[in-house]
Amino acid sequence: MSKHVVLVEDETNIAEAIRFLLGREGWRVETLANGGNAAEVIRAAMPDLVMLDVMLPGKTGFEILAELRSDAALSDLPILMLTARGQNRDREMAEQAGVSRFMTKPFSNDEILTAVRELTDGRLDKAQSDA
Amino acid sequence: MGRDDLTGSRIRERRIMQGVKQGDLAKQIGISASYLNLIEHNRRRIGGKLLLALAAALEVEPQALTEGAEVALLGVLGEAAAAAKLSAQDAEGAEAFAGRFPAWAEALAASQRRIAALERTVETLSDRMAHDPMLADKMHELLTTAAAVRSTAEILTGDEVLEREWQDRFYANLDDDSLRLAQSAQSLVMHLEKAQGETNGRQSAQEEVDAFLVEHGYYFAALEGEPAQTAVEILLGQAAQDLSAGAHFILRGILAQMHADAKLLPLAKLEAAIAREGVDPLALTRVFSVPPAVILRRLAAVPTLKAGLVVCDRAGAIVFGKAVSGFTIPRFDSCCPLWPLFAAVSSGGGGALMYERLAQLGRGDTQFDAYAAADVGDASQYNAVPSAHFVMLLVPVGVPQAAMPARAVGVTCRVCAIDNCSERRELSIMQSY
Repeated sequence: MSKHVVLVEDETNIAEAIRFLLGREGWRVETLANGGNAAEVIRAAMPDLVMLDVMLPGKTGFEILAELRSDAALSDLPILMLTARGQNRDREMAEQAGVSRFMTKPFSNDEILTAVRELTDGRLDKAQSDA
Repeated sequence: MGRDDLTGSRIRERRIMQGVKQGDLAKQIGISASYLNLIEHNRRRIGGKLLLALAAALEVEPQALTEGAEVALLGVLGEAAAAAKLSAQDAEGAEAFAGRFPAWAEALAASQRRIAALERTVETLSDRMAHDPMLADKMHELLTTAAAVRSTAEILTGDEVLEREWQDRFYANLDDDSLRLAQSAQSLVMHLEKAQGETNGRQSAQEEVDAFLVEHGYYFAALEGEPAQTAVEILLGQAAQDLSAGAHFILRGILAQMHADAKLLPLAKLEAAIAREGVDPLALTRVFSVPPAVILRRLAAVPTLKAGLVVCDRAGAIVFGKAVSGFTIPRFDSCCPLWPLFAAVSSGGGGALMYERLAQLGRGDTQFDAYAAADVGDASQYNAVPSAHFVMLLVPVGVPQAAMPARAVGVTCRVCAIDNCSERRELSIMQSY
């Protein structure tokens, strides 16, 4: 079964590049361009990874992050936050809200792939051995 | 004037030190700004409740306002002691210190006041950076687009051969994003340049003056006829409530210059000469026998010409700028050295009148006839270097002529895209290297 990532990103060209990169690595990429119902979609899909932009229409990445972490079933879900807001205050806020990794734009494709592997390798190995 | 008669001056000094506007203080204590203005200029005696209210609003002891320097000095020394975390016992020695070493005490107090003023400036700038949502949005847009460009470019230049469909799609995305990146960068630069014209309480003194002059269209009818002292004082009095002491200082100099120019060359006579000679500064100097710099400044004051004006000092710092559409004058960065203004500077102030047709790169198609001249004061004593300003008039060209091409100049190196410029001081954010 392919690995599943939900990417919440309203910037279509970034979303397309990430979809291509992760698709090449065997990921099934589900893309959302609006933050409004993102938490519900993620809760229903139970993906292996969430990639979350901060500035989104509908709901901010911080709000979605807080909603996901308030659900006990999603407390271990790897969440990678991608943002152009690289201020220490934002990073601190994201860490307090339970983000797994915080990356600032512009990032390189290698940085993205490395982060995705680091966040999910152990987890996916464990899921496969549990199964 | 006795010590007690200077209570108003002390109130003014304390208010300015605290960065409080005259109108705001007047409102806080329930009197009119004009009455407070009279008090501050020692034209009204005060005492009783009003003195107590002013002292409370300014957070000083009433004696600091009525008794003056000694008490005020001890107050500032107390602030310095608190900032240095001196013990209460050491802090109590301030009076003895001021009595024994008055000059040192004054120097320490001056440093303390300067520190307080600088701290306020730093707070203001930090506040602006943190609370400028437009700036934050534009930076976000720029970085997001840069992320898309970087990611897409890495895919296209990677080792893997892409299917034609993906390749076409990524090329189209790259094209789209590179255009957006250029627009975002331009928009950010425009925002940063525009910020200097904002009218809020966090401006520099120069920005306050610029806003005041813009509001009045850089023209004051009162300066055309009234005696200098009266006209300038009336205008400064009208501006008193809205401008800081620093802005007042700058504005006083500008208004005095405008008045002196108007006296040498009345507007009505200049307009009549323009009707005969056209907008030709060289021809007009012959008609009026006044220095070229005066002609240029007066032409900038003719409302119908809609001309711009830039004035710099001997060090090249811009001391006056009348903005004109299509030509940006940086107030905090160094200007483009290609401007004819700096040809006037290097001419040494020998009375030369420079002329060039130019257009500023990236600011639309508007061309300008730019004239520049030096304005050097007379020798006041042996070996004294006379004061000098350099003036550039910018007259918009109605219809550009192909036979007379305009020279491309920039705003400032940091945002200039002119290739291979021999005068470049620093790399531009508008070019890749």
